[in-house]
Amino acid sequence: MSLSFFPHGMAFRLAFRRIAAKPLSSLLSALVVAIALTLPAVSYVLIDNLASLANGVTGKPEISVFLKKEVSADQALRVENRLRADKRIVALRFVPRDAALKQLAARGGFADVTGALSENPLPDAFILEPVGDDPQVFDTIRTSLTAMPEVQYVQLDSAWVERLHAAVELGHWVALLLAALLGTALVIVTFNTIRLQILTQRHEIAVSLLLGATRGFVRRPFLYFGLLQGLLGGVLAWAMVQGIVWLMAPRVQALARAYSIVVDLQGPSWWQVVALLVFAAGLGWVGAGLSVRRHLHDGAVD
Amino acid sequence: MIRFERVSKRYPGGYEALADVSFEIRHGELLVLAGHSGAGKSTLIKLIAGLETPTAGKVWVSGQDVGNLRQNQVPYLRRSLGLVMQEHRLLTDRTVFDNVMLPLLVTGYPPRDAAKRVRVALEKVGMSEFENAMPLTLSGGEQHRVAIARAIINRPSVLIADEPTAHLDPAYAREIAALFRSFHAAGVTILLATHDETLFSPYGARRIELAKGRLLA
Repeated sequence: MSLSFFPHGMAFRLAFRRIAAKPLSSLLSALVVAIALTLPAVSYVLIDNLASLANGVTGKPEISVFLKKEVSADQALRVENRLRADKRIVALRFVPRDAALKQLAARGGFADVTGALSENPLPDAFILEPVGDDPQVFDTIRTSLTAMPEVQYVQLDSAWVERLHAAVELGHWVALLLAALLGTALVIVTFNTIRLQILTQRHEIAVSLLLGATRGFVRRPFLYFGLLQGLLGGVLAWAMVQGIVWLMAPRVQALARAYSIVVDLQGPSWWQVVALLVFAAGLGWVGAGLSVRRHLHDGAVD
Repeated sequence: MIRFERVSKRYPGGYEALADVSFEIRHGELLVLAGHSGAGKSTLIKLIAGLETPTAGKVWVSGQDVGNLRQNQVPYLRRSLGLVMQEHRLLTDRTVFDNVMLPLLVTGYPPRDAAKRVRVALEKVGMSEFENAMPLTLSGGEQHRVAIARAIINRPSVLIADEPTAHLDPAYAREIAALFRSFHAAGVTILLATHDETLFSPYGARRIELAKGRLLA
């Protein structure tokens, strides 16, 4: 180990030994940190699942293009070719009127209604996925589609998607706000833990300062302690989030089935786990730093 | 090496521990600072180590004005001094070996290389066989020896001891005095604050005396 990294290595080992020396108290402190982190983390993961679900159901905002009833199959094909040539459209799906009726009949409660019909009232339709996510572009596409002589009606299915995305966005912000609030609690917990440590190690600190220890030397083990405690809390929080998701998954799936939605509840992604651990460790470091700044001063020598 | 220029120290509440004290310790000198309890000996040592700042006057150590040192410079001043405090301040939850190694760790000395120096220091004070002992299992004299080993491990240019023979029986006190004599013979500047100056008089020590914070002529 090079000399410049040596003090950090020693401080890290010392901090690790302090945590290992009192396993129960370290575990309890880490659990407090973990519980504080779990609530926002679970919220974030669930909202992320909801966002994925929203994206999965809709992909992107769709435009439904209903053709006039008198449009023939050849004319519909020509319309399809024109649409496929349009660079603003990334995906296109033709829904023949017969298939549309079958889909309608397949939905609960509509079989009797469709059976009673003398003829199919539904038109042929195209479901388009426009490029990008700019609402102005969608409106332009709608206008140009409406102008086509074969087209009866164009429906832009983006309003409810926008509402859902706004709700998901709001959910993300609420989760982040919770994280900020409970992160403050984490800082306070670490602050107090380090305060108690400084009190119990006053003699050692005083002797070290007397022997020529720099403030950095004395401060470092406490900072690493805060970082390790935060990290341990982060790992426990991760385990709790995974556990909660695992417990919730079958119940959420049962609920989703009742709405004919397929849900595969996912735990945190790898980058969310990394973010959780960095966040926890960082806050532990900050809490320790504040405590050391507040409670550790040269007067400790006296 | 160490110079006091008209130094006064008044504590909050008005107690004047030192008043207009001036003296100098030259390089390689053995100086005994005599005086009764409460004369200001400990305050004088604290001023040298940067543990206190003078109310008036200047304290110079190796050309540095201690009172004007920046906070981040004070640790480096203390590393150049070997301090043996009256209550020796050993860490009771660590072995003798770990206590003596502490100044080296504080200065970033790698533990592997430090072990050899710790054993040399313990040998110098005759405590080699106690390296794995805990401080509380040692006698008062042995604890003092460990504190001295810890003070010399960084090879300080100045060794300062506050009542190094206090509460020791005469035999132990003579052993400690002989230890300081051997360090002085090796060229170390030594300042000993003691009320038992007779222990060091055979070694040709210069003597100054404090009384109620003032230096007696």
